[in-house]
Amino acid sequence: MILEAAAGAGLAKFGAAIGAAIAVIGAAFGIGNIGKSSVESIARQPSAAGDIRTSMILTAAFVEGVALFAIVVCLLTLFF
Amino acid sequence: MRGDRHFIIRLAVAFLLLLPISSKSWAEEQGEGKVDVKEIIFGHLSDAYEWHIAGEAIIHLPCIVYSNESGLKVFMSDKLEGGEEYEGYHIDAESGKIVNAAGVRPFDISITKNVLELFFVCILLCSVILLSARWYRKNGYKKAPGGFIGMIEVVINFIDKQVAEASIGHGYERFSPYLLTVFLFILTCNLLGLIPIFPGGANLTGNIAVTLTCAITAFIAINAFAPKEYFKSIFWPNVPLALKAIPLMPTIEFIGVFTKPFSLTVRLFANIMAGHIIILSLTSIVFITWQVGPSVGAPMTAVSVAFCIFMNCLELLVAFIQAYVFTILTANFIGLAQHEE
Repeated sequence: MILEAAAGAGLAKFGAAIGAAIAVIGAAFGIGNIGKSSVESIARQPSAAGDIRTSMILTAAFVEGVALFAIVVCLLTLFF
Repeated sequence: MRGDRHFIIRLAVAFLLLLPISSKSWAEEQGEGKVDVKEIIFGHLSDAYEWHIAGEAIIHLPCIVYSNESGLKVFMSDKLEGGEEYEGYHIDAESGKIVNAAGVRPFDISITKNVLELFFVCILLCSVILLSARWYRKNGYKKAPGGFIGMIEVVINFIDKQVAEASIGHGYERFSPYLLTVFLFILTCNLLGLIPIFPGGANLTGNIAVTLTCAITAFIAINAFAPKEYFKSIFWPNVPLALKAIPLMPTIEFIGVFTKPFSLTVRLFANIMAGHIIILSLTSIVFITWQVGPSVGAPMTAVSVAFCIFMNCLELLVAFIQAYVFTILTANFIGLAQHEE
């Protein structure tokens, strides 16, 4: 039973770490896509660079927000 | 260019010269025990009944508790320091909150660190905005504002036109006081959370209760002022009957009413809390590595300082972005509710 308890605690840390890593992979893909399309759009129409830059930063904040949902869940499993 | 190079060289030399001083104090403090990183980080993130400024300097704050048995009790938190009991109340070791002898929390409206910081933010915001308003009342259209008032005008104009009017369109004036309040409040709280010394440094927007309250105000602003068509579009939307009869779309729309403020809450909370944790962890690296010895501590201090500078700049950007994102999303939702067709 002590082994079970120890395994439970260890499993929580393992799950939290893997979850955070997978969330970061998703966020990296998303923000990379945003960067790619924004740079291409600026190359196509340099005069719209200001608007495109604003949209890029805004959209990146949303994608990061979703990744941080996953971080919050991982922290919950770690500490509760 | 030459000035930059000289500055960097001088900075590096000053840093290297400081190292012998640090290694001496390291030898003295060797017997103090292990550095508890978790306590440092959670101590800075969570709310407390006193404000711990530096070392021994602590500001004790009043505790105001009410329960049906003992009535209203007001006392300074130093009576409860170190786990002592006062008038039947003590601080629970696990949760850090005041509980009575049975472990039940009373109705607790103490002035905690976060509450004091909230007061400070309110005083700061009210004084800045009301003083600017007084300038405009006196000088109106006669003069163009300069300096500080000009900067305030840029910010308010940006939120009023680029965010409120662009998202809500016709009738945006009703909501711009709320949107400006929420933007400036979140921005000020975020920025004050980055300042490490009193009166900044309390983790306000990294506390889910505070962000939940901001989201509840957004919920009220979106739903309480919405015309009938908005509620019709939730419960009987303009979609084929098959999706309406089994209440698929209405259910999704109804859940959507609550997921929007929820995502506002979690986005702001997670971003700011994660930033604080990162900066606190990077700073703790200095203490952990000095415990091993100066040979490990010195280079890791340099690394930690460099990373901390970078992370602080990133956190500054995140502070602005998160305030802006909260405001523009709320404005978008208000606009959608107001102009449902």
